[in-house]
Amino acid sequence: MFNKSAKGNFLDEVRKQKALILISVPYFVYFLIFSYLPLWGLTMAFQNYKPQLSFFEQEWIGFTHFRNLFTDPDFYRVMRNTLGMSIINLVLSFVTAIAFALFLNELTGPFFKFKRVVQTISYMPHFLSWIIVCGLVSNALSMDGGIINELLLATGLVKNKIHFLGEASYFWWIVGFTNVWKSMGWNSIIYLAAITSIDPALYEAAAIDGYGRFGRMWHITLPGIKSTIIILLILNAGWILNAGFEVQYILGSNGLVLDVSETIDIFVLKRGFGRSGGFAFGTAAGMFKTVVSVIVLTLCNKIADWVGEEKLI
Amino acid sequence: MRKSFGDKIIDGIIVFFMAIIVIIMVYPLWNTLITSFNEARDSMKGSLYLWPRKWTLFNYQSVFKTDKIFKAFIVSVARTLITTIVGVFISGLFAYVLSRKEFIFRKFLTTFMIMTMYINAGLIPQYFLYRNLGLINNFWVYVLPGLVGAFNVVVIRTYINSLPASLVESAKIDGASELKIYFNIIFPLCMPVLATVALWVAVGSWNSWFDSFIFAPKQELSTLQYEMMKILSSSMQSGVKQPDYLAESHTSRSTVTPNSLRAAMTMVATVPILVVYPFLQKYFVTVNIGSVKE
Repeated sequence: MFNKSAKGNFLDEVRKQKALILISVPYFVYFLIFSYLPLWGLTMAFQNYKPQLSFFEQEWIGFTHFRNLFTDPDFYRVMRNTLGMSIINLVLSFVTAIAFALFLNELTGPFFKFKRVVQTISYMPHFLSWIIVCGLVSNALSMDGGIINELLLATGLVKNKIHFLGEASYFWWIVGFTNVWKSMGWNSIIYLAAITSIDPALYEAAAIDGYGRFGRMWHITLPGIKSTIIILLILNAGWILNAGFEVQYILGSNGLVLDVSETIDIFVLKRGFGRSGGFAFGTAAGMFKTVVSVIVLTLCNKIADWVGEEKLI
Repeated sequence: MRKSFGDKIIDGIIVFFMAIIVIIMVYPLWNTLITSFNEARDSMKGSLYLWPRKWTLFNYQSVFKTDKIFKAFIVSVARTLITTIVGVFISGLFAYVLSRKEFIFRKFLTTFMIMTMYINAGLIPQYFLYRNLGLINNFWVYVLPGLVGAFNVVVIRTYINSLPASLVESAKIDGASELKIYFNIIFPLCMPVLATVALWVAVGSWNSWFDSFIFAPKQELSTLQYEMMKILSSSMQSGVKQPDYLAESHTSRSTVTPNSLRAAMTMVATVPILVVYPFLQKYFVTVNIGSVKE
């Protein structure tokens, strides 16, 4: 980028691009303050942090907070919950979005209008807040006139109402299906777009070869979007420690299922703000999450790049 | 291709399942809608499925006449409008700067910005920063942290890159300044992508409650979502105190329950989104793919 030959050239360029540079300065400062400056706060993780002392008066205690973190049984519990819910979310959201896209794609000809309506409606929940979605879920699952319990009773599938949100073994699945409800339609957009780039001649050839509808879906459509699926799967796997915060916090707020509902983010929040002097420990826990996330993300992005190139060759 | 009998059956099955999915997507909101228009005491009897039994507007009156909720609504509107209008405009400007191939700091600034998507100091350092900046319990904590999002800038830049470069070049030859090129040429051409980004930013800001909860817990700065959160968690959790307006409202002639009030608030919070979203839907696909390709 920089011309080897002369410093003068560089300064000339600077002068010529003065406007662009001046516009960029506030953005540079903005990112510096809001994204990079907080990194300084990570030093807290290595201090016996006392809010009333200045930075230079803090006592440095090395990795004590991390040692405490790794010997804390709660830490292993929240890690288990985080990974468990992440994997359920990942698998459920992929399978449902792909299946939804595949079947939606089958609606052609006279069903075109219907397809449009289904699509429009299916994107909608993506735009609702987690508060609203959790409110809807807790209404639907309520013991007190919730539609799911009413339906189960009416069809005779159960004899007594089920306290869905009070039962630890249901919680991860409730979170998983809540995620599906909210994002299935939205996630399917990318697959529907990928499907449109499949050569229509392939379908005709398959039809001549005697493949039925499902045969074509399985042998043409699915392989046609395979690379999209793989790349998205790898990219999403990078966010494995982001199992979510809001759903678990709200749906788990009745306190009956805390054992399985608390994720690493909730742990950071509760330890950091909930206990006096918890700031430093909470920072250490948050830092652990960030460091692991960055490593996993970088790895996944590298793999996705590599797979993407492989595909092109 | 003519459809065979078997194909028609398969079509029927698919349509059937899609219809069920539509019902599952729509019914919870429909149920909330009828609850919001039904008399609160009557709703408590249950079995309210398809249509309100005792019509009332009282739940909505409570939303807008309860001082705290109405103020929260105003705060929500204000934060959303300011963040969206300012945020989209200045994100677009930065995207334009980063789209200029000859810009000497382009690579550096792009990397510097994209890094912010991955590094995250975590909640507590963030809290300390906002405290030092005087943003705790300050309205601007709703606006400033989300004003320029790296992802949004990347999406807009990708779009600008797809425009013919000659547009900018010829304007430069005519002696137009950078700001003028952005205002007069790039900004109008970017409407599709800017509309989509505006929708994301607006929805994100409108739907957010966590920033109120952690950074701006004082009542005057409460948002609609945060008030809903308080009502929801007080009805789910036995130990949590109800917002005081719920207790007050019982003394009046008509009554309102947490559930009915929340139903009306849910509709108030949902309708704006449902109104703007069909207009923007056509842009989703292009922008979505653009962002993945990036």
